[in-house]
This record gives sequence, structure tokens and C-alpha cells, in this order.
Amino acid sequence: MTNHWNDLKHADVLMIIGANPAENHPISFRWILKALEKGGKLISVDPRFTRTSQMANVYGQLRSGTDIPFIGGMINYILENELYHKEYVAAYTNAAYIIEDTYSFEDGMFSGYDKDKRSYDKTKWAFKKDEEGKTLQDPTLKDPNCVFQLMKKHFSRYDIDTVIGVTGTAKETYLDICKTYASTGEVGKAGTILYAMGGTQHTVGTQNIRSYAILQLLLGNIGIQGGGVNALRGESNVQGSTDFGLLYDNVPGYMQVPTTAETDFTYQGFLDRITPKEGYWVNKPKFYTSMLKSFYGDNATKGNDFGYDYLPKLSAGRNYSFMRLFDAMYRKELEGLLLFGSNPAVGGPNAGKEIESLSNLKWMVAVDLFETETSSFWQKEAGADPASIQTEVIFLPASSSFEKEGSVTNSGRWMQYRWQAIKPKGESKADLEIVHMLARKLKDMYKNSSNPADMPMKAMTWDYGESDHPDIDLVCREINGYDMKTKQQVKIFGDLKDDGSTCSGNWIYCGFYPENENLAKRRDSTDEGMSNFLNWSFAWPANRRILYNRASADLNGKAWSKDRVGIEWNALEGKWKGHDVPDFVVTKGPDDPTFIDPFIMMAGGKGAIFASINEGPLPEHYEPYENPMKNSFSSVQLNPAVQFGEEEMNAQGDVSKYPIVATTYRLSEHWQSGAMTRSQEWLAELVPHMFVEISEELASEKGIKNKDKIVVSSARGEIEAYAMVTKRFKPYKLKEKTVHHIGMPWHFGYKGIVTGGSANRLTPHIGDANSTIPEYKAFLCDVRRAK
Amino acid sequence: MEMTRRQFLKISGAVAATLAVIELGFDEKGAQAKSKEFKIAELKPTPTICPYCAVGCGILVYSKGDDVVYTEGDPDHPINEGSLCSKGTTVRQVYTSEKRITKPLYRAPGADKWEEVDWDFALDKVAKNIKETRDRTFIHKENGLTVNRTDSIAYLGGAALDNEECHLLQKLFRAGLGLTFIEHQARI
Ligand code: SF4
Repeated sequence: MTNHWNDLKHADVLMIIGANPAENHPISFRWILKALEKGGKLISVDPRFTRTSQMANVYGQLRSGTDIPFIGGMINYILENELYHKEYVAAYTNAAYIIEDTYSFEDGMFSGYDKDKRSYDKTKWAFKKDEEGKTLQDPTLKDPNCVFQLMKKHFSRYDIDTVIGVTGTAKETYLDICKTYASTGEVGKAGTILYAMGGTQHTVGTQNIRSYAILQLLLGNIGIQGGGVNALRGESNVQGSTDFGLLYDNVPGYMQVPTTAETDFTYQGFLDRITPKEGYWVNKPKFYTSMLKSFYGDNATKGNDFGYDYLPKLSAGRNYSFMRLFDAMYRKELEGLLLFGSNPAVGGPNAGKEIESLSNLKWMVAVDLFETETSSFWQKEAGADPASIQTEVIFLPASSSFEKEGSVTNSGRWMQYRWQAIKPKGESKADLEIVHMLARKLKDMYKNSSNPADMPMKAMTWDYGESDHPDIDLVCREINGYDMKTKQQVKIFGDLKDDGSTCSGNWIYCGFYPENENLAKRRDSTDEGMSNFLNWSFAWPANRRILYNRASADLNGKAWSKDRVGIEWNALEGKWKGHDVPDFVVTKGPDDPTFIDPFIMMAGGKGAIFASINEGPLPEHYEPYENPMKNSFSSVQLNPAVQFGEEEMNAQGDVSKYPIVATTYRLSEHWQSGAMTRSQEWLAELVPHMFVEISEELASEKGIKNKDKIVVSSARGEIEAYAMVTKRFKPYKLKEKTVHHIGMPWHFGYKGIVTGGSANRLTPHIGDANSTIPEYKAFLCDVRRAK
Repeated sequence: MEMTRRQFLKISGAVAATLAVIELGFDEKGAQAKSKEFKIAELKPTPTICPYCAVGCGILVYSKGDDVVYTEGDPDHPINEGSLCSKGTTVRQVYTSEKRITKPLYRAPGADKWEEVDWDFALDKVAKNIKETRDRTFIHKENGLTVNRTDSIAYLGGAALDNEECHLLQKLFRAGLGLTFIEHQARI
């Protein structure tokens, strides 16, 4: 989230798209309701009429996988009717930037496409520079090659009738949503967009989110209280685990992992490749070197490039993400799998095939609270033949969140501490202790090696105490970072150095642990203004609560609205002041030409309406991998930059055989793969059965009654479930035909107190062109009554 | 408008009937205060954060010896101000559930059952497996470039762990052991 939960109450209009917080983030609704009590409006856009929709002023029905037409049409409406925030767009976004003449767009394709690689040459869409390397701009926004005009032209194709023929939204409703949300473009108004996996889990997921961001930039809604682009994260620390680089292509703090590409042969070459020439990221070498110091301590010296060679280099061009990992397992390239609180046998796409792949492993280690479907994939009740599965499995019992101490980072980037309330149950241990004991054991096994391949293990420091139980304060001090000589804690990431004199395990968290104090433990709930709770816990970066808050003030540094003061320029004191920690150089005043560049992480400091990602610089609609209709916007059916994985993992269904659109979702009472919630009595009792929601119309067509046992089938497999015949789904009237749409929770499996069919046995093994997140949210299936 | 717990529950989407609602502790205010007083007298609350979604609600845990006696929403927490949804409310059962695994388990190749083992045995096995596979599959140099990696071991998970744990896991598996397949739930 650019903003945070309490801040939702400051919105004039909230648009919730691809999320259902009333059921999946229930407590967030406290703050949404506060906005509504003050006269705010709530828009809910979803394939299903959810409990969020029930609370909304307007509900827009949207066929799964059509966010870009939906938002593209809104962008077009706003541009055509000149409802955008003119000053903000001209000054704070890259609308005025001129694009190279090599940019073009025709019939769904941008210029620079390489068919064989399914990828684009992004230099074709570069910003035009003058001789000094400065980006050319037209502040009047009239140049036909400026971002504003190119965007206008691009989205002019998203006229209302074409849009609703694709999304299936009723025309009056759609117009109402356009009008209601566009009202936040008025100076001083705030609109917020909330989204979750309904937005991201598509082959065009990243562009879906880009379309929300463009809409928000046009309406001047980013950086202000009550605005923002807000991802509602589903797991207590999925924010933190992402921040800490538990992804193949990221080290902590959103920095790259080196590869075998020629640029990366040397540390300097690598840094040159990953460090932009403008924007705050020019400091990346300081963050990277400090991180290497946190890995290798005194073994990282100037002479050995701070241990850069110790880091693994990814095979250049190879994708190691979740689905490719299972592809490799399917091909028997993986021998070992370590799972720390992870249950892909229920949570992974095309789960049946993923489970099949598990038996190709030589060994598996599962660290969990409960026996999961993954850790017990070899059992008879999993439908397996144990004797034929040669995988050795070790299950390590973990202790739960209040049987240990440590911090988690919520969706609003608040790093909050959890104290230990009771000692670990039975012989279970905290994951911290498990990884600590394992690391010490391994370090011991390598300690006498002189093999150069073992140097990374030997060089890695592990100074968290000599007992089996690590000293968490030492871990925290390392994450924050300190001066290598004096051991004094670093106060802020601005103090990190690229000469090896500082360490910091994760630069964005720098400042949470100043000398002898862990700010994640702060519990002062006084609201000192605009509900930012600056003394409650710690928010990264630098305790800033609203990202890009410089944009909450106008070009002169005054708040756009008196009711929504984030920070303002105080000429008397010569600094930015207000209700938040400035996300800007505190003393940068109007004399500085970059005073009006609020987006400090971006080159040029402007919000990115035009941004080059894999399938293009502007969002364009392509149909999901499995879809019920021809693309209405071009002759290109599937996102041209989507990459295919292992063919046998990825069967594709056709509309003639599987005519129904399906999506998955979550419930209040269960969580993720259900390993935790299906293993407890009360939650199990609250929702004991797997069900599928189908419309009354589809039910009568198929002769299905409420509570009937039905079979849902897709090109990947089939599952049994109870039919829940509901008014929450309605048939979709699209341009050429009417299609049915169903939905189902994905929490079930065969372990726990309550069991049921896993929805992911149906979902496809294909994902977004940038993030490779699977397309769980739009696929084709059929339903029939079980015999 | 102050929402009562009942109204809240309605919008929070608990599908259950009234009976379950009362069981969950969403009883009339007075009765609840009374039973709470009784149950938690003289127990010290420990603040924690809900382990489920990323709203990050505060919860107070009252424990005694080997028992979690009671849990409730943290009234001082600025986000939830004492209220919780169905999952946060039942967090006590994460501890009390009989399904919890409390001893390390081992499944030998081809076996159809788990065996209970001790920690030394289990961790030794894990360390040996990692070392054996890593050492055999490790690529130290490739075309003259030091690459220090293994593509034969994968790591998954982290979204339900603490930050400090994520830091150490990332450090051990990437910076120490040279794994390339490191992924977690953000990707799925
Ligand atoms: S109590 Fe409910 S809303 Fe609050 S963090 Fe837990 S799961 Fe999320």
C-alpha cells in the first residue's frame, strides 16, 4: 500500500476492484465505513457480488480478466471530458515527456517485437533526449509524441460500448462508476483504489495494476491522504518476506540478483547495470555494498569486491520463479525442496501436476505447524502409492506466532513486533531457531574445507550467539545496519556507505533499530494528526506513512486541501513539515528546480503514466490464456510477452469444451491453503465444505439444485464440491454471446479436520509476463451433477 | 455511528448462525466483560499481531503455564481498536489444536508412515541432504566466471514468518549455500 489502513477513512471515493476486504480483510472495513459515514462513496468492481459489493453504493459486474478494458474506458472517459487534475498531471507525472519516433502501436502490438523470443526491444519506446541527455518535454501537453497525447490516442479505442461488450457491465452502472470516480479529479478531493489478487493473478496482472496507477495519477490521487494505489496483502508478512528478498530475482530492499550476463562479470559492471543515472536509486551501490557486508562481514573487503563473487549468479535469461521451479521438478532437475510454511499442493497452479512432480524429489524438508497436503503427498489418502515414492521427507515442527518473538510488516508497511506469550508447544521450535541451528551445523561441516566452492559458506557470518537459540536483537541490529568500526547503529539509509564501512541487511528498514531501541516495539497510539500514528511501530521507509507525500502539496508546497494536509513547505523554517515524515529532501525549497519532482524513486521524479514493462509502455487488453471470446480490441488474443513453461504442465482448455468462466477466491473463515484454519475446530465448523457458487440461470440449465454434489472440470483435472446456487453470480451479456461465470474458494485439501476438493487442480500453469504470478483468476471449466 | 460487534460481524461475512457467534465471544457486552474478568484475572496479557491477513490487527494473549487461557483484540491497537474477525478471534486454537505436530517426523523412502524422531536426528538429516546435494551439483565456475550456485535445491515460503526469520533464511540459502530457486507466496 502506498497509504495505510487507517487512512482509508480520508477518502471521498473508494474503488475496490479485484478485492473483497469485507470478507478477506474484515477489520479494514472499520476505516472504509468511517469514510462512508462522512459521505464517502464506495464502488465495488468484481465478477461476483461479494459482501463488499453489498456495502457499496455502486456495484460493477466485471468478467474475470477484463480490468484493462474496465479501467481503460474510465481513463478514456476522464480524458475526453477533461476531468483530470490538470496541474498535477502536467507537473507531477511524465505526461509532458516526449517519446522517440520509433514508438508505434498498431493492432494490439507495440513496436520492437521479437516473435521468437516473445519479447520487446524496449529502447523503441525510450524518452527522447537532447544533446545533454535531458528528456525533452512539452509542458503544454500538445506535442503529438508526448506521453499525454500518446496515452489519449491509445485509450480512445476504449469507448464505452466496446468496453462493456467485453466486461459485461451494465451501461448505466458503468457510466455511474466513471462519473463517481472521476469526481476525485477535482482539486482537493481524494479517491483510493484497493486491489488484491483479483488484480494481479492474470497473464496481464502487472498491466492491470499499471492501469490503476495511471488512473490515480490522472486524478491526482497519489501521495495524498485518502488516496493511493493500495494492494491489500493476504498474509501477515507477505510484505516483509518480499522486502527481505525471498524471491529468485530480488535480494533484500528490491535490488537485483547478479546473473551470468557479461555486464555482471565484475561488481562494478553489475552495479553500473543496476544503478539508474537519476532518482534516489543512484544510491544503490551504497545499499548493495552494505548488504554484502551484512552477509560476509569482515570477509567482504574492498580487495574482493565485498564478496560479490560469493553470491550465486543466476543463469542469464533463465526464469527461476515458482512455476518454473515446478517445471524443473517435473523434469527431475531438482533433488531437494525446503518448505518453510508453504503448501503448494493446495496453493499452486495446476496442483495435480505439481503434486505429481513432488515424487521426483530425492528429499523434502517441511517446516510447519500442521501436517500439510504437500508434506504428506506420499500418503495413501493423497491417492498415492507410498511404496513407489522414493522421496525422503523430514518434517520439523514449527512454533506459532505467539510462541516466539519477532516482527511482521502489514500491508501499510508497519513493522509491528510480536512478543512471546507462551513457550513453544511440545518440541516445536521457532523458525528462527531452526534456521540458526541448521546454519551453525552446516558452517561446522564446511569449516575445514579448502575447496573454493565452499568459500561462500565459510565467508558468511553467523554471529547471533553461541546457544541454539539465536539472540534476536543481534539479528535486528544487522538488518538495520551499523558502522563496521564503531558498531554504532546507522540512523537512516542516507548514512550507508559504498566503501565497506557500514553494513545493513535491508536498507529500506534502516532506522527501525537506532542505538538500543527497536522501534517496531513502539505502542504509542496517540493520533498526532491525519491518523498517521507516527509513534506506533515503524513504517518503512524512514517511518513514512504515505508514500510520495510531497504530491499532497501543490507546486508551491501548500496542501491541495486544508482537510488533507500530508506535508507542506514551511518557508519560515525552511523545511517540509506536517503530519507525516516527508518522503522528500526535508530542506529542499522552491529555489530548487526539482522542488516539483515528488516521485523521488523515479528518474526525473515524475509519476509514471508511461512506463516500459515487458508487454508495453501502456496497458492494452489481451484475453486470458483461456477465454470465451475473441479480443475486441485487436487481433492479438494472448498477451504477446507471456512466456510458456513446460508444455506438459500447461494443458489449455477450449471454450467449445469448457464454456464457463471461473475464478477462485477466499473466505473469512479460512486462510490460504487452509493448513492452519482447517486444523482448528471452530473455523472448521464454520465452513466445513468445499463449495462452488453458480448462478440460478446456470443451475437451471444444468439441472443442478442448491447443495447438490457437482463435478467441476477443466483441461487440468476435476474436483467434486457442493453447489451453492446463488444470485451473486449473474450470466454475462457480452458483445456476441452470453457466458456463465462461476467462482470457488481455494482453501480445501484432504488434510485437517474438514476436507474438500482443491480448486487449484483446475487452474492453469501460466502467468503474468512480468511477475509470472499464475492466472488463477480467469480460466475455463464445465460443471455437471455428480453421479 | 459506532458499530456494535454484531453489526460488524454481519459485514465481516461470518456465514455462521447466531450460536456460533456467541461461542466466538461476541456475546452481549455485560456478560462478556464478566466472563473475561473471571477468566483472565491476574494473568498478564502479551501483545501480538494476528498471524493471518496483512491488516495486522493487535491481539492480547493471556497465558498461564502451558495454556493459552484467553485471547482478545487489543483495545489500544490503532487499526482494530479491540475488534477482530473470525480468524483473529479464534487464534487461541492455533496453539490448542490437537492437530499440531509437536515432534520432528521422518518418512523414509518408500515408507507409508511417519516415524517420530528427535531433533538431532532430523537436523542432521537435513544438513547432510543439503550438503550432499549441494556439493555434488554445485557450479563454482562457468565459462571462466565464478557463479557459485546450485540449481538443484529449492526453497519455498516465508509469508507467514517473521522479518528476522526471512532475513536469516535469505542469508543462509542465497548468500551461504548459493541457491537460485528461492521463492515464496508473493509469487503465487
Ligand atoms: S483479525 Fe482478521 S482482519 Fe485482523 S489481521 Fe487477523 S485476519 Fe486480518
